[in-house]
Amino acid sequence: MIAFELNGTAVRSDATPATRLSEVLRGQLGQMGTKSGCDAGDCGACTVLIDGEPACACLVSAAQADGARITTIEGLKALPRGALLQQAFLARGAAQCGICTPGMLVAAVALLDREAKPSRAMIEDALGGVLCRCTGYAKIIDAVEDAASGTIHAEASPQQGRAVGARIARLDGGPKVAGTEAYGADAIPADALWVRAIRSPHHRAGFRIGDVDAFLDAHPGILRVLTAKDIPGRNIFGVIPPFADQPVFAEGEARFRGEAVAAVVGTRAAIEALELSTFPVTWEEREAVLTIAAALDPAAPQLQEKRPGNILVRGHVEKGDVQAALASGAVTVEGTFETAFVEHAYIEPEAGWARRVGNRIEITASTQAPYMDRDDTAAIMGLPPEAIRIIPSACGGGFGSKLDLSVQPYVALAAWVTGRPAAMVYTRPESLQSTTKRHPAIMRSRMAATREGDLLAMDFEGDFNTGAYSSWGPTVANRVPVHASGPYVVPNYRANTRAVLTHCVPSGAFRGFGVPQTVVAQEQMLDMLAAKLGIDALDFRIRNALTDSTPTVTGQVMGDGVGIRDCFEALKPQWAAWRRAAEAFNATSDRRKRGVGVAGMFYGCGNTSLPNPSTIRFGLKPDGRLALHQGAVDIGQGSNTVIAQIAADALGLPLALIDLVSPDTDLTPDCGKTSASRQTFVTGTAAERAGRALRQHLLRLANAGEGATLSLDEGRLVVREDQVVRTIDLAALPRDGFGYVQCAEETFDPPTSPLDANGQGVPYAVYGYGAHLAEVEVDTRLGRVRVLRIVAAHDVGRAINPVLVEGQIEGGVAQGIGMALMEEFTPGRGENLHDYLIPTIGDVPPIESILVERASSAGPFGAKGIGEQALIPTAPAILNSIHHATGARITRIPATPERVLAAIRNTVP
Amino acid sequence: MYARPRTIEEATRAMTMPGALALGGGTDVYPAHVGKPLSRPIVDLSRVEGLRGISHTADAVRFGAATTWTDIVRAQLPPAFDGLKAAAREVGSIQIQNRGTIAGNLCNASPAADGVPPLLSLDASVELASPEGRRVLPLSAFITGYRRTALGPGEIVTAVLVPSPASAARSAFVKLGARRYLVISILMAAAVVERDAQGRILQAAVAVGSASPVAQRLPDLEAELRGLAGNPSAMLAPRHLAGLAPIDDVRATAAYRLEAALSAVGEALDLAVGVS
Repeated sequence: MIAFELNGTAVRSDATPATRLSEVLRGQLGQMGTKSGCDAGDCGACTVLIDGEPACACLVSAAQADGARITTIEGLKALPRGALLQQAFLARGAAQCGICTPGMLVAAVALLDREAKPSRAMIEDALGGVLCRCTGYAKIIDAVEDAASGTIHAEASPQQGRAVGARIARLDGGPKVAGTEAYGADAIPADALWVRAIRSPHHRAGFRIGDVDAFLDAHPGILRVLTAKDIPGRNIFGVIPPFADQPVFAEGEARFRGEAVAAVVGTRAAIEALELSTFPVTWEEREAVLTIAAALDPAAPQLQEKRPGNILVRGHVEKGDVQAALASGAVTVEGTFETAFVEHAYIEPEAGWARRVGNRIEITASTQAPYMDRDDTAAIMGLPPEAIRIIPSACGGGFGSKLDLSVQPYVALAAWVTGRPAAMVYTRPESLQSTTKRHPAIMRSRMAATREGDLLAMDFEGDFNTGAYSSWGPTVANRVPVHASGPYVVPNYRANTRAVLTHCVPSGAFRGFGVPQTVVAQEQMLDMLAAKLGIDALDFRIRNALTDSTPTVTGQVMGDGVGIRDCFEALKPQWAAWRRAAEAFNATSDRRKRGVGVAGMFYGCGNTSLPNPSTIRFGLKPDGRLALHQGAVDIGQGSNTVIAQIAADALGLPLALIDLVSPDTDLTPDCGKTSASRQTFVTGTAAERAGRALRQHLLRLANAGEGATLSLDEGRLVVREDQVVRTIDLAALPRDGFGYVQCAEETFDPPTSPLDANGQGVPYAVYGYGAHLAEVEVDTRLGRVRVLRIVAAHDVGRAINPVLVEGQIEGGVAQGIGMALMEEFTPGRGENLHDYLIPTIGDVPPIESILVERASSAGPFGAKGIGEQALIPTAPAILNSIHHATGARITRIPATPERVLAAIRNTVP
Repeated sequence: MYARPRTIEEATRAMTMPGALALGGGTDVYPAHVGKPLSRPIVDLSRVEGLRGISHTADAVRFGAATTWTDIVRAQLPPAFDGLKAAAREVGSIQIQNRGTIAGNLCNASPAADGVPPLLSLDASVELASPEGRRVLPLSAFITGYRRTALGPGEIVTAVLVPSPASAARSAFVKLGARRYLVISILMAAAVVERDAQGRILQAAVAVGSASPVAQRLPDLEAELRGLAGNPSAMLAPRHLAGLAPIDDVRATAAYRLEAALSAVGEALDLAVGVS
């Protein structure tokens, strides 16, 4: 028995002495505010104070906590500085997904206890041990400064009709800063069985499962072993139904390191005590192909019989006469560029649990796509979709990878066969090994321009390492050719892509679906062209930027809302001033060189030429409050808040009257997946329509016209028009099946058209646009690159909530910095967060966001998406700034010190 | 089995259990057991009396084995320890520095251990205790290879001893990593330099980490530095790195590490003598 003081209260635990303190807090004492992200001290999510000093609770034994004074997130509200920090984090938007927030807040309290007025450097030192993948740290630093100075910038709930555009705190932020938000691993029933997968240690291996009965006999708490033959439905899943090819359990051969071949189900204690090496399986390692080049070799082993040559799918867009135009160009450039596997590295590993309810299964898990999870899990279980209920937990970061199934089929199957709740929480190595990554790409490109500086032609070929199964490989292969031109007029264009199967972990969706890779080529080549032409790189982009009336490479003319030129123009003052300052610095600096680079992007919102509807239900309750069935999963990006802001103004009633009905396939209509920067645009439009429709219903009740104003007052609807006031007692009205006195349900599916054989058509109803400016300092002796500052201009059409838009931009920039400079996953190596590096608070410089609002007639209140757009231009802006600083062109990212140094050496001055 | 000894004698006795694993600040033990049960017998050294803290004797500074990196950062120490303090600030994060111990860093024997180059450059030795008695080994003899030490059965580290440096000695530490915080080094260099009143180097000690299975001193370079005035980095040449044997890994190639070593050693020396 150990005893310690927890947040001022004496507690006892009978945990075994070696149990991690994080597990004592969570598993034994039910204090779920302390999060587990890595169990290795790499992420800091479990930061607690031990006798006032920050420590990772995952590295402290229960015995070492004995007698100590421990402070966790749950204790912060009782501390003056703690409560102030919580308010500041909420007001500033410093919590997005919120999974790092408890660790950040606890570390910040320790700082403010030691240092009442910390400098930015002190804040960075104090919070350097807590990783955040969403925010880019900017608003976290602001919030700590606010708390130190005692000034909280809280915005009041907006008045009627003023919700859109209001800088309000996120509506779901309270639990995130309090530490009460329940993520995938936080609400698992105490009596749940635990599930652990048996995974291939080889990239490719035959395997044979041995004597399971003897294994079960030797492990009393382990109740079941599950394999492919236990699956009642089909042992196949995949996010794109026609391409579904991934087994829940491999059969005959494992095709990537980390692929599950079996699962064990047992008591939590038995599963945690299990040495996985005792599981009876023999492996026969086979020749694997891990790279695009190896997989394309005619003699290479074939991943899938139905995909000859290891080519999963090809993409193609073509217009004009590329060869002739390239030959006629006054200047041409060409290049080959290569990118790496990038890991999403959300701080919450995959987690969830299921229970059987009669002949239905309820799954509570961290996800971005509840309806897709439902349909895929139903097929695996051999049940109709309605028999599966998906209840998304809070999601501790997704960025694309939580669109694919992870724990869901395993917990569903375990709960189904045992009749008991079953839970699964991935370890960080499991998450790194088995969940999707950003596609590595090899891209070859040629571009030509006229002497005057007009782009003439682009010929692009891109191969993408899609891993062993399709996941979102087809989407990447189809999205890239539409976007490889960048946001420019390119009259002669050809882009061919291939998604290539390899014995690697599947590549899937990651913030930008291949487009962040293509801009690494295209935006550097624009700089190369501009240099050859002797034209300023920013002027060259402005000259060639798309407009409302010029066609994209698929022949689409937007008609309105094309703000790329505005974004570039917005960067002009800093462009000139920063370039001058960098050149002045370089004149007196030998070893360290500064450079300033720019890059632009456009990015289509929603599915590429495929339906992706969202449906919003909006009801008026008899008590005069509103129920918004908001099925768009908020993974930190803010849909709970943004969709409600849109709905409130479309209806014409105050936001404060809205109660959110959170995503749940039994309670909310399908709002599609949180992906493709589609929720503000698609679900937002559905919400706008539902709001307007509900408004029409209410006006009709009062026989009032569109100009009337609505108000709700103590169970009465009051409709004022000119001098006439009508009051309707809501309790007296009939109620529908949901208990609402009035209800509207509206669907929006973006108007697109299929692309023809040459990729011509309308792939997206709206695009988002943006441009980033980066300044870097390069240590030319060691090749180290430090990003000094970023300005990011984004055309979001209409900023529904500017705080959340800035949060998306800052977080996207941070991920772009990581992609540019440090992030590279190598299957089989470094399956942890100390070898796989993401930016810390000390790696992200000050970021200035410029919000451009060129309204699109297609979006709600003119709005466009921002989630993926925010990341795309950062890496090429940094690469162009490295070139400006050193003359070196980086053709392979990440631009590690070693590669930068090699590029500098290869540059002939 | 989880032993919580109070004395060194109890601790060394407990460490004779087959497979016994010493637990200090936990910053290496727990990361090695992600998703795996901790099934070996554990000997928790955190409550052994007298193991934590820094004391000064006539001819040495004694760091108790359980002294944390934060203890070192906050201690009043002569300038010769500035390099060690700088290294302490680079160990993981504040959270790790608050728990991780000086002896744990040595016993883990990682080629990238942040504490080893500065301690090597300070001529540190390691005090050991076992049921058979006590002994003292030079640090260079204690770490015998990649993740290997001279620890015998039942033996624990009780202290790290640093001979009192000359009052004129100055020191520095340079770490090259791919990000700002929480980073395992690509390369480290530590230097301790003592100069006379004219600025000529009387003694120099230089150590490089992450460029060989065990961090190495550079004796040839140290010999050449003696008597030098001015900017030490100017005289550096690749031959000075002859003792290093870097490898390729996820962080960098061997060739890059040698380049970086040359630069980092020069930087550390220049910092130590106060030129830049």
